[in-house]
Order: sequence, then structure tokens, then C-alpha cells
Amino acid sequence: MHRGKGMKFVGDSRISSEKTSQIPKDYSEYPGRTEAFWPNFLLKEWLVGAVFLVGFLCLTLAHPSPLEGMADPTDAAYIPLPDWYFLFLYELLKYEFASGDWVLLGILGIPGIVFGSLLLAPFLDNGPGRRPHQRPIAVGMMILALIGTIWLTYTSASHVDWEARAEANKPVPQSSVTIDTDHPGYAVYENSCMTCHGGELEGGPAAPTLVGTEHSAEEIADIAVNGTGSMPAGIFTGSDEELEQLADFIVTVNESAE
Amino acid sequence: MLQKMYDWIDERIDITPIWRDIADHEVPEHVNPAHHFSAFVYCFGGLTFFVVVIQILSGMFLTMYYVPDIENAWKSVYYLQTEVAHGQIVRGMHHWGASVVIVMLLLHTLRVFFQGAYKKPRELNWIVGVLIFFVMLGLGFTGYLLPWDNKAYFATQVGLEIAEQVPLIGTQLKTLLAGDASIVGAQTLTRFFAIHVFFLPAALFGLLAAHFILIRRQGISGPL
Repeated sequence: MHRGKGMKFVGDSRISSEKTSQIPKDYSEYPGRTEAFWPNFLLKEWLVGAVFLVGFLCLTLAHPSPLEGMADPTDAAYIPLPDWYFLFLYELLKYEFASGDWVLLGILGIPGIVFGSLLLAPFLDNGPGRRPHQRPIAVGMMILALIGTIWLTYTSASHVDWEARAEANKPVPQSSVTIDTDHPGYAVYENSCMTCHGGELEGGPAAPTLVGTEHSAEEIADIAVNGTGSMPAGIFTGSDEELEQLADFIVTVNESAE
Repeated sequence: MLQKMYDWIDERIDITPIWRDIADHEVPEHVNPAHHFSAFVYCFGGLTFFVVVIQILSGMFLTMYYVPDIENAWKSVYYLQTEVAHGQIVRGMHHWGASVVIVMLLLHTLRVFFQGAYKKPRELNWIVGVLIFFVMLGLGFTGYLLPWDNKAYFATQVGLEIAEQVPLIGTQLKTLLAGDASIVGAQTLTRFFAIHVFFLPAALFGLLAAHFILIRRQGISGPL
């Protein structure tokens, strides 16, 4: 079939003046049992897709997507970490030959060579043979690059305690409560409760939030003295009047939150 | 009835050739897992496209709730995640799909590579495919920032610092991405949103179209 330069068309149409068939080539050059794409093969593809989708949805249901606390640019202690498929680049930059004075090698040189040769693979590996053993250099390079990438990703990931990281960065629900610091109970709260339950009753690693509690004032006073769950007894040390003020303060905050 | 509708349309716009180009072709035996189970490796490309479709659809639904603004971005994601019916599933699909698509792309690339299927005459399609891979990585990088949580913010900051170290155009490149030479903030989020939702998907659709047109033109590579 004539293609490209020198092609002749019928009038100003896109139809070639040489008679060509619109029908795509059949695969008779591959002896064997061919199958019609529509509808037979497409149905099988959809079945595979359906099985894949079920597996994918199971993954989604079993592991809700993580969300950390809202971005806080002032948090200098935070250790940044990219998504897993960039970990190998991130790890590469930790090596001496790819950081400091050599950083250009790390950010452009090595990735440039690897991804550049991936892009140009058909021209670097331009022999006629398709079987892997007919092109040992190309296949060898690809296996080396694969091992390198997997090794870098593994090294990077193995240094991270993923569970502790997720636990430490859990999102804190946005508190919509107004804290009345003039309330007499606030001073009591500040003395006895704030260390664990937080400045805005939002809770912390050792104690739950007090916003949204369903306890009545009496029950709150009782818990403050006698403890509950993992909260020990005797944390509140003060007069009965202060205890009443404290319970009233917590109830007031909860009322304002509603 | 359907046949009549088809004829009515076909009479006017001659869709049969289009239809034949898209769907009317034979699938050779060596790529059909029904005949050779090992041919399941030929499914990777199609499954990659399937995940891309999942990403497009779930992403479209995410934008119905997401607000690309530093005050509300995190709040809108948190709201979607905790309050909206099935919001967690939609976001979960987009989140996990981003990882699964990279895995499937990698498997597809390796299948094509080890079979030497990129050799003449399919060099151009390989290049288009690798460009799709790069666009996907770009989508992963820009999408990572959008929930505006700590890991997103700090990872993006590191990524932008790396971009800044590129010689000659480093600062300009960072400014182009972040909207400012030094601040990673409101402008950055808006730019990443625009890149993630408009620029890169546009490039992706173009490349995917080229990828599929080329494979229909050239046919699938023969058995080894």
C-alpha cells in the first residue's frame, strides 16, 4: 500500500485514489483460532474487568484513604515523605554521589539517563530480534534498573514506621467551640484537666475529647473525682464548689457547641 | 427499532466505517487468555485504561465537594471523608486508584519491553506510552498536594525545592509550579489544582487517543 509522500487522492477528499480496503487487516498471518473482538472478546474483557473491580473495591473498603491533620507550615518537626512511587527518587538523593555538590547528578543526571533511555528504548535496542535472549544488553539494563528501583524503594520504606506515623498525624476534628475563659470553671479546668484534654477540650494522645460528651453535670463531676476508663481517680483536687464550676463549664461549652 | 435508528443515522453520517475501525476486528489467538492462559499479560494495558476511567469518574465526583483553597481544601476533604454518604469510598477509589494505575502501567510497560513489542514499526507508540507514564507521575505529584494535609504540604515543598535546583531555569520552574518564588501556599494549591484537573488530563487524553489510534492502525504485535 502506498503511504505518505506522493500519495494521490480522489478530488480534495481523504480517499486514496489507489483502491484500498477499509477493512482492517485480519490476523490470517497468525495461524490459529482468532476471535471476533465484538462481542465475544469484549465480553470476556468485561468479565476480567468486573473481577478486577471487585478486588479493587475490597481494597478501598478495607483501607480507607488516609488523611493527616491540616497542613501546618510552622510544623518544623514534620518529616516529609513522598508517595510510594516517588520513594526511589527520594532515597537516591540521600546517597553522597547524588546530593550536596553532586545533587545535579541525583535530580537530573541519573533519572535523566534512566528515563531518557526508557523513552528512547526502541532506538537504543534496534536489532531485529524480539526475544529477550536475542537482546541481552537491553534486557540486562532493564533488569538492573528494576532491581535498583525496587531496592531504593524498599530501603526508603523500611526506615519508616508507617503505623506510628499514621497515628501521630491523625487529623484533629476542627473545633467549633467557643471557650469562655472568663467562666469560673475555666481556671479549674486549666489546673486539673487541660494537660490531657487540651486547651479547647479537643482531647489528646492520653485522653478523649470532651466536646460532644453525653454525660450530665453530675456524671462529669463524678468522673473528674473517681476517673473512668483509663483515667485514674483523684486527678481533680479541689473544693466541691470548684468541682461544680468545672462540671458547669464543660456542660456550657458543649451547649455552645450545639 | 434499534436497527431502524442505526440505519437512520448511518444514512446521514455514514458511521459504519467508524464503527468498523473501532470494534470490528479479530483478536488473534496468541493474545487470548481463553486459549493460552499466559496471555493474561496482554490484559495489563486494558486494565490500566480501566483504572484511568475509574480515576476520571471518581475525580469528577470529588470535584463536586472539593474546594481548591487553603482555608477549605482540607476541611472539604475531611467533610467528604466523614460526613458525605459513600464519600469515603469515592475518595478511597481515587486514592488507591492512583497507586494501582502506576502498578498496572509498570506491568504493561514490562510486558511490552520484555516481548520486544516496541520494535519496528511500533517505536512511536512506545514513545507515546512512556509519555503517558510521565503524565501519570505528574498527576500523582500534583494530586498529592490537593488534600492539603501535612504530608501533602511538606512533600510538595521538597518536590519544589528539587525543581528549584535545576540549573538555569530552576527558579522560573518553581515559580511556574508554585505561583511564587518562595511561598508554598494559596497560589501553589490553585496551580496544582489547575494542573491536576485541566492541563495534565488534557495531555493524557491526547496521548491516550494517539496510543489507541496507533494500536488500531498497526495491530497488536505478533507472537514471539
